Amino acid sequence: MLKGMDGRRRVVTAADRAAHMAGLRVGMPLTKAQALVEDLAVYNANPDGDRDALERLAGWALQTYSPVVAADPPDGLILDITGADHLHGGEAVLLDGLIRRLSDQGIEATAAIADTWGAAHALARFVARPTVIIPPGDSAKVVRNLHAAALRLPLNLVESLCVLGFETVGDLASQPRAPLVHRFGRELSRRLDQMFGYLAEPVDPVDLPDVTEVKRVFFEPIGAPETLARYTAKLTEELCDALEARGEGARQLDLYFVRVDGRIEAIRVGTAKPVRDTARLTRLLCDKIETVDPGFGIERMRLIATLAEPLVMTQTSSHEEAGPDLASLVDILSNRIGGERIYRLTAIESDVPERSVRRTSPLTSTDNGWPAHWPRPIRLFRRPEPVLLLAALPDHPPGALTWRGARHRVVSADGPERIFGEWWKHDNETWAVRDYFRVELDTGERLWLFRNGDGEDADPDKHKWFLHGMFA
Amino acid sequence: MAKPAFENLEALRRHVQLLEGSRRAAGVLPFGIERIDARLPGGGLTLGALHEVAGRDQGVVDGAAAALFVAGIAARTKGHVLWCLTQADLFAPGLAQAGLDPQRVICVEAGDEKSVLLCCEEALRHGGLGAVVAEVSRLSLTASRRLQLAAENTRTLALALRRWGKVKEAAEFGLPTAAVTRWRIASARSHALPVAGIGTARWRLELLRCKGGDAAEFDVEARYGQAGLALSAPLADRSAAAAVAARRDGFRAAS
Repeated sequence: MLKGMDGRRRVVTAADRAAHMAGLRVGMPLTKAQALVEDLAVYNANPDGDRDALERLAGWALQTYSPVVAADPPDGLILDITGADHLHGGEAVLLDGLIRRLSDQGIEATAAIADTWGAAHALARFVARPTVIIPPGDSAKVVRNLHAAALRLPLNLVESLCVLGFETVGDLASQPRAPLVHRFGRELSRRLDQMFGYLAEPVDPVDLPDVTEVKRVFFEPIGAPETLARYTAKLTEELCDALEARGEGARQLDLYFVRVDGRIEAIRVGTAKPVRDTARLTRLLCDKIETVDPGFGIERMRLIATLAEPLVMTQTSSHEEAGPDLASLVDILSNRIGGERIYRLTAIESDVPERSVRRTSPLTSTDNGWPAHWPRPIRLFRRPEPVLLLAALPDHPPGALTWRGARHRVVSADGPERIFGEWWKHDNETWAVRDYFRVELDTGERLWLFRNGDGEDADPDKHKWFLHGMFA
Repeated sequence: MAKPAFENLEALRRHVQLLEGSRRAAGVLPFGIERIDARLPGGGLTLGALHEVAGRDQGVVDGAAAALFVAGIAARTKGHVLWCLTQADLFAPGLAQAGLDPQRVICVEAGDEKSVLLCCEEALRHGGLGAVVAEVSRLSLTASRRLQLAAENTRTLALALRRWGKVKEAAEFGLPTAAVTRWRIASARSHALPVAGIGTARWRLELLRCKGGDAAEFDVEARYGQAGLALSAPLADRSAAAAVAARRDGFRAAS
């Protein structure tokens, strides 16, 4: 349990789960808490330290997830993931990854994705177990059922609202606004509007310490895509000069467009290797300018190298022909469709076909291969497809098979090739056996079938046949 | 206007090419099989141009035979191969056995066909790759022309691997595109072996359309123990038949 000062009183500012069970609540006087629980472990709260840690966490999230991240004190982070989620495999994957990474660090967190800051704030604290994703446009409906405390209001205001019978956000939202403002002040009205998105609430991204940054303020707001591209090029040039002075290359760039109405549009590009090439970085940034909505105009642009690494110059020889630079292509493509979607396939040692391939970075090169003495299909189905057939046990190939409702006659076959389960990975694979057959149909197609089970057991239910790939 | 004089057909062809504005200085990629290369203008697949490949019957859905054919072509180019797909069912050990080292292949798993085409166009413009493969079902005339234009002036081979969700949808393969050649690959029955088992894999290659050439059909079979194709026995004046017979004798001796 943590204690802190509220004016001149000593109060409880945070209580862990055990303390909650014992009846302690945040805001309770410390003396009352100590009276309730014997041997209460009391520590001094350190609000400044907490804020610093939150800022650091926001900095990490900014580098990892989205260009627009801010600390939401005292206990939250706000991420604007517009246009960033698909680079992390979608909203659900992003959220789960975030929660998992935080829990690896010993931070128990809940998270929500919603239309507005206010709604996400409320849902993360009152609904998420540990995550919740509200589809676009549905936030307003969902938040109406939340308790009034979800509105980011001072504690005493919430209490007085409850006394008057305003239990939920919906109760408040359906009231005429003027008397509410008259009685409770503007704060309540502002929070309500922010939650429902009537009032804009821009997220001001956290400042990272020790990064290269260039900015430009415009006399007149600009908005034409060509103008944006021109100034992007100028800023990139300045940034490259600044990076050169530090001997670094950029791995990730964030370009912020501050609009006249205070909203911040951001684009982010990443590179596979540190880059300080103006033309290449400009190209990457300009590729994304079309996603920026300039609104009534943009009055400020900031370009920040959020990730930079020392750029090592390599000596090149004029005698050797330089190979084509793949990194530039990979950067362009990965900024467009996401870095995980571009990969090279390499071997890992496993007899189970679907486990024998691993995805690696497109720019690394390893030289391990697969054993070549067994034929392998060119297409492997993600999920083996069940086929119906009759075959003699223990190891005879089938004479015909029914796949996707069509019957095919088998002309010739090779096999079986027996593959055992990997008992060292999963317990239930200890006795798993697959017998693979290569069969040729009368139409000429060559398929890769397998039978689950070793063929020793006469029970037909234990021998299921699957189609796993196509040889052609 | 004075008509330019042409001594022979070759000079006329060059002149037409000049008028068309396509710079065919990039050269060709021969199959290494005389019968096929003789049918293709220039003696092989034109580099820096778009070529279209599809399967037949069930093969238009799984795209296995077409993928094998494309992998075989890409293997003979120099440099990296970019393979853009929407459905990640390409099996790397199979690629390796088709002769294409998976280390050379960069897979791009795009979300939809539109981004497949965009990624391929970008990769073709880059110009440093050996081949770029696009696995798409729809390929409009505009889209194919964009690919063709991006491929021109480079030595990159643009390969469109057409595959559809249903066999019926493959009727679209008849629609015109800007591709220089159009192939249909069908698996064929292998020659029966004297013992139980599957013989050497055989395919029927149909050259449906060929700019500056005629349509043709070829029966080919896999070369034993190595990547690449060989003409199958009837077409190749039974020269491969001797090898088959020799192997058959080998089997007999062993058994």
